Amino acid sequence: MFPQPKIEVQDLRLSYGTREVIHGISFDIREHEIFGIIGPAQSGKTSLLRCLNRTIEFTAGATATGSIRVDGQDVRKLKNVYELRRRIGMVAPLPVGLPLSIYDNVAFAPRCAGLSSRSELDGLVEQCLRQAALWDEVKDRVDSLGTKLSGGQQQRLTIARALSHQPEILCLDEFSIAIDPVTTMRIEEVLKELKKTMTILLVTNLTQQARRLADRTMFLWNGEIIELDANEVIFSDRVKDRRTRDYVNGFFG
Amino acid sequence: MSAEHFTETPFGRKKQRTEMIARWFLGGMAAAMVVPLLLIVGYIVVQGAPSLSWEFLTTNPRLGGIRGGIWSALVGTLYIVAISLCVSAPIGVLSAVYLNEYAKDNWFTRIVNLAVVNLAGVPSIVHGLFGLGAFVYAAGMGKSILSASLTLSIMTLPVIIASTKEALSAVPISFREACWNVGATRWQTIRRIVLPNSISGILTGVILQVSRTAGETAPVMLTGVATFKAIESTGLFLYHPIQDQCMALSMHLYYIATQANNAPHSLPFGIATVLLGVVLLVNATAIAVRAYLRSRKKW
Repeated sequence: MFPQPKIEVQDLRLSYGTREVIHGISFDIREHEIFGIIGPAQSGKTSLLRCLNRTIEFTAGATATGSIRVDGQDVRKLKNVYELRRRIGMVAPLPVGLPLSIYDNVAFAPRCAGLSSRSELDGLVEQCLRQAALWDEVKDRVDSLGTKLSGGQQQRLTIARALSHQPEILCLDEFSIAIDPVTTMRIEEVLKELKKTMTILLVTNLTQQARRLADRTMFLWNGEIIELDANEVIFSDRVKDRRTRDYVNGFFG
Repeated sequence: MSAEHFTETPFGRKKQRTEMIARWFLGGMAAAMVVPLLLIVGYIVVQGAPSLSWEFLTTNPRLGGIRGGIWSALVGTLYIVAISLCVSAPIGVLSAVYLNEYAKDNWFTRIVNLAVVNLAGVPSIVHGLFGLGAFVYAAGMGKSILSASLTLSIMTLPVIIASTKEALSAVPISFREACWNVGATRWQTIRRIVLPNSISGILTGVILQVSRTAGETAPVMLTGVATFKAIESTGLFLYHPIQDQCMALSMHLYYIATQANNAPHSLPFGIATVLLGVVLLVNATAIAVRAYLRSRKKW
């Protein structure tokens, strides 16, 4: 038998106003796996992530039903939503460098969590920037503004920030669209390494990226799960649904 | 083949001509803005020059205001402006932070926003009447600097709220989302990211209300400004801010220009010059502060 899943999603439905965008999906994510989520635009990938860390609550008119459990606890019933968000690292598709120095960008989350010791912060900032493959480029100017970095560097800064609160779950939403292929490969190597300590959700439009990295991949389309299986199945002739095969092979989407 | 793309066509020439006309016409309109300002300032300063001197600023008025200086009026205006801003700036800024950062779209928020918009539309004389009823009589403050200041506070509040909200919403929502994603509370987000990046706009909005407060006549006339009152005290507080009535430049100008006989011709213009000077000085400060804070803007 499998151990208890890290994340259990049960009959999750999400509506923006009267428009339902996720139509009752259920699936499990195992601990220490890279879980790929692929699917065309408007299929509910980002909304799903926002349900997970409950930032969906900031969207007026969004109502979710069903349950998402992290380590067996329903996230919607958690009192301390900030603690939940600290356990989940989130990387948005477009880089957001906060208008702070590079150092402060990465130290932001630990400081919000109450960490103030300079030496601890120093170590953490360096570690996160290294993991995000940014350290070598910025180590001499960590006090300069994060917003002055190039787009690709800012995206890696965003990744460093997502790692800075030492999450158990890392959600990457199209993390590579602003990064060049070489850097993308470096980060992908990092992800394989991080997998040992984290559970990673990889939302991507690049089906090949899911193929390279993920252990299992879910094909989401119009708010429904078309297919969810191990990568060896999804990206092979054994794929069950014709739509998955067509999407993976680039015939639509 | 490629040269063809650059040959002039009748349509292309027409486009260029229209562009030229638009540029000069719109530019002319913008330039026209400067003319009245220069005329007003120039006329007033030239006419008022004979009255202006250091003594004019620092001596009390005499003989019902037609002789002597404007010391008590100048101090009164500064008192009113300072006290009213001390009340309206914190309340206005903090409630704008609530409305922009915390409030959900529900009936309460809608009522507050509606109140703000409508309060901004109330004519100043009506504010004065309200102040007379509420502060002078009902609250028992009498005609005093405090009554006048509070009346002006209520008048400037909605504008401060509106300008603060504007400044806050200029901070990209993506910054906030990035903070929330890492587990920051709303307050941590506001204190560390939103406020530091909107403070220039907030301050500008607040400071610009100084000029409005200094210039208002009707509300203060009803609530605490006297037509004539010399300053006798030489202590730290020239006026007693709670009990005293005071003079104000705007009211003094109105009185001298319309009611007083035998005032020197240059006197009202002299008062106007000082009032204008105070306002322009404050506006210049606002611009300087904004320029300084913008130079530190980080995105």
